[in-house]
Amino acid sequence: MSDRAFLSLENLTLSYGNSIAVNKFNLDIRKGELVAFLGPSGCGKTTTMRSIAGLLNPTSGRITLDGTDITRVSANKRNVGLVFQSYALFPHLTVYENVAFGLRLKRMADADINARVTAGIKSVGLAALSGRKPAELSGGQQQRVALARSMVMEPKVLLLDEPLSNLDARLRVEMRAELQRVQKETGITMIFVTHDQAEALSLADRIVVMRNGLIEQVGTPEEIYNNPVSAFVADFVGFENVFALKDGKLATPGGAVALSEALPGNAAGFAWRPAGVVLDTGPFQGKVKSVSFTGNLREYLLDTPLGPITAEVSAALPVHDLGTELAFDLPLKAAAPLQRFA
Amino acid sequence: MNRTFSPLILAALLIFLIGPFLIIVAASLSAGDTLTFPPQGLSLRWIAKVFTVESFRDSFIMSMILAVGGTFLALLLGVPAAYALSRYKLPFGEVVNTIVTLPIIVPGIIVGLALLRYVVVPFSFSIGIALFLAHTALVLPYTVRVVSSSFNNLRSDMEEAAVLLGATRLGAFFKVVLPNIQSGILAAFILGFVTSFNQVPVSLFLSGPGVRTLPIDMLSYMETTYDPSVAALSALLALMSIGIVFLAERFLGFSRYV
Repeated sequence: MSDRAFLSLENLTLSYGNSIAVNKFNLDIRKGELVAFLGPSGCGKTTTMRSIAGLLNPTSGRITLDGTDITRVSANKRNVGLVFQSYALFPHLTVYENVAFGLRLKRMADADINARVTAGIKSVGLAALSGRKPAELSGGQQQRVALARSMVMEPKVLLLDEPLSNLDARLRVEMRAELQRVQKETGITMIFVTHDQAEALSLADRIVVMRNGLIEQVGTPEEIYNNPVSAFVADFVGFENVFALKDGKLATPGGAVALSEALPGNAAGFAWRPAGVVLDTGPFQGKVKSVSFTGNLREYLLDTPLGPITAEVSAALPVHDLGTELAFDLPLKAAAPLQRFA
Repeated sequence: MNRTFSPLILAALLIFLIGPFLIIVAASLSAGDTLTFPPQGLSLRWIAKVFTVESFRDSFIMSMILAVGGTFLALLLGVPAAYALSRYKLPFGEVVNTIVTLPIIVPGIIVGLALLRYVVVPFSFSIGIALFLAHTALVLPYTVRVVSSSFNNLRSDMEEAAVLLGATRLGAFFKVVLPNIQSGILAAFILGFVTSFNQVPVSLFLSGPGVRTLPIDMLSYMETTYDPSVAALSALLALMSIGIVFLAERFLGFSRYV
């Protein structure tokens, strides 16, 4: 049961005029899974999410939810919840009435509405504020109201648009915990859209990396983080030193470069995180262009014949001045092989 | 701007704007028999007389019906139009916007003549209906403008949120959109009311025997009778307008919308 698709998108395509926003998107999501759509703006992640909600009509393809084809079901009958990035609370209604909005439309009995709304507001920790208007709440509190408003409807899927991006660092941690708790307690299937890899890695069970309307890679946070399949994904998850492979050598701005170890020929490229670059020893030379202190680590930007190289070393090591010539190495064991380079 | 100079300009501007109104108020308080300034003595008898002139009463009622009814109809047409113009990319949206704004730009006398010659006469509308439609057309641009700015300030994702909670599009409009643009609609109503009530040139062309708006009635009254009662009526109307706008500003922040 658990590995059967609960929500499935088949060949989902959305185009505006001549431009294709989402191109033949295929994805199966299991019940209770927490999936992140990750990508830069314009990659089609929001468009995909809005078409699951029914706010956009796909040009072609099929959306199936819990065994029913919902491709042509109107948005108000899908039982899909959406927490908007701007929260989209109703400014003229109190917190209580915002949360009760959908239940009232269902013409539920007042006592049932009261029970569910009260429980919903309590579960997001806002019981004391239920009489307030949205304008009297902080951004974090407004988001909790938006979450409660969707959750009391007991949707089959809950969609969240950039759920953490409008919050400051401390609230972000709180909200992340909140979402994980809600998901654990209710077992609800959640999809959230984000452009922030840290957000996707920390929250999701599975990440869908998107680019130009296409899926670039689907995998667990560990897979995406450690084994990016393409230069795009590698760059997106923090591999700052990315090279294409040509005839067993790295293609660099300064020409083909061989590493000290033989490179496997079946890869299209290799990528190193700043922490994977070895400093002070190795066959290559680079000049320190900038240094920045990030707490535990010190990050160096080197000007090298291989192009700019970013390296990270423990901040406890003695600092190198700007302009210093440093030796460095790109060890194969720290490299991620890429299946695609484009 | 020079520091001693700017208060002078401000004073001149205020005299220019408010001066005529003060002269009318002073003239209406005259004890004399003709419309003069400065007034000859002080009395309230001309103000009292206004309420005894039967044609003023009739034309006041006519003007009220036109202003309230015409503005109401203009809102019924203008609110959906403003909604469509601000929410959707319409193929001829800009053109529609310009056409809707035209009656503000084109001189009223031309609008009046055009309506008389090409609408009222060929379709033989009654005078009452013709005036009603003309006032609606004149007020429509103001309602579309003012209500549009309310819609533009309201994020469209609120409606989408309502739909995802089970509302129909229409339900979302009435439950979520309308309550949040109430003050914009009220502002549009007040602006439309004042515009319609004070309207002269169009009404001039379309008025006929027995059916007149108050400003037209005042004009024709002055042609035969040159006593201060017209000044008294003008002062009363101006006070009414000021009162309405004052209340609107006080409770709605009217100037945000206009």
